[in-house]
Amino acid sequence: MDGALSMALDQARQAGATKVFALRLRVGALSGVVPDALQFAFEALTPGTLAEDARLDLETVPARFWCATCKSEFQADNLMALCPNCQTPSRELRSGRELELASLEIE
Amino acid sequence: MCNDCGCGLPGETPIGITGHGHGHPHDHGHPHDHGHEHDHEHGHEHPHSHSHSHSHGDETHSHSHSSHSHDHSHDQAAAADLHRTIEIRRSILEKNDRLAERNRGFFRARGLIVLNVLSSPGSGKTTFLRETVKALGNRLRSGVIVGDLATDNDARRLRESGAPVVQITTGTVCHLEAEMVSRALGQMDLQGLELLIIENVGNLVCPASYDLGEDLRVVLLSVTEGEDKPLKYPPMFNAADAVIISKMDLAAHCSFDREAALANIRSVSPKARLFEVSAKTGTGMAEWCNYLIEAHQARRREGPFRA
Repeated sequence: MDGALSMALDQARQAGATKVFALRLRVGALSGVVPDALQFAFEALTPGTLAEDARLDLETVPARFWCATCKSEFQADNLMALCPNCQTPSRELRSGRELELASLEIE
Repeated sequence: MCNDCGCGLPGETPIGITGHGHGHPHDHGHPHDHGHEHDHEHGHEHPHSHSHSHSHGDETHSHSHSSHSHDHSHDQAAAADLHRTIEIRRSILEKNDRLAERNRGFFRARGLIVLNVLSSPGSGKTTFLRETVKALGNRLRSGVIVGDLATDNDARRLRESGAPVVQITTGTVCHLEAEMVSRALGQMDLQGLELLIIENVGNLVCPASYDLGEDLRVVLLSVTEGEDKPLKYPPMFNAADAVIISKMDLAAHCSFDREAALANIRSVSPKARLFEVSAKTGTGMAEWCNYLIEAHQARRREGPFRA
């Protein structure tokens, strides 16, 4: 969370912000991130910064796998994903591991 | 601090790095080029003081901007002062990933093959690695970087193998980061080394997110931990290049269901190489060592420039 916050504060300062109202993070379904833990860390780290009392918005990115046999993508909610067509386990995760600072609401 | 679990909060314990005293001054002088151009777009605050006294009674956001002088030629600048959303779209692990890439380049240039070894606490990483280093001997000269929250007990045990060992104590941080590894490298005599083993902090959660610049991710699972562990910690096992089932000598004593374990590992990490070993009896160690020697030979053939 300190990585996300320091990146956010840097970007906010560069934009000339005097206050950060909200941070929006994109969190992959398989990123391993625990939303409650992020929230907890966020509340612990923000006092005294531009982002004091700011809101933390989390946007979930679904996990998408590539099936090399069927040459198609499929969506699943865990890493033990089998292709719905051919039941082969996928070796390639195309999205769902993201942990990204998407946007900031500032003033 | 960790993005996953929030460890290292607050008042962080300083990261300690203790080596063997080979004070090679590799200067990892991180050239953080903060080239931000701070283009503040605020509306020039010439103190016109039109005595506007902002009396829009129903405004929701209470601007406390002092003396906003509506500079007539800069209307858009005044607008920029308002509540707005800016797009960033940058990965939060970007900094670690960048440093990991730098480590990777450094390792490749030296022809080192590098392992990041991960497991729960108590799965036998340290014994397994000590025996690995001993078994490899001169066939693949190894050094070890070991991460732990506290104590240098593991480092001492690893030194029994005769290899150079550098300890990183992470304090309250639950995983190693690329930057810690790059600092630890400054404490290690890399001359003549062919294999660098990084023993990560015992934890199957957060270290999965942190690339250290390694070539191979090795995940250990001991027979005493239960066959379903891969299903409980899929991100860790999914990212593994090799999965080691350790303490095979105890398999019979704890009714280890080998078939179930193999099936579970396969379902979460279809691409990983599997090794069943006992560091105590030596079972499976030869096959594992050959795997490392082959990986190093493949690296040699490739040379430093292949991605």
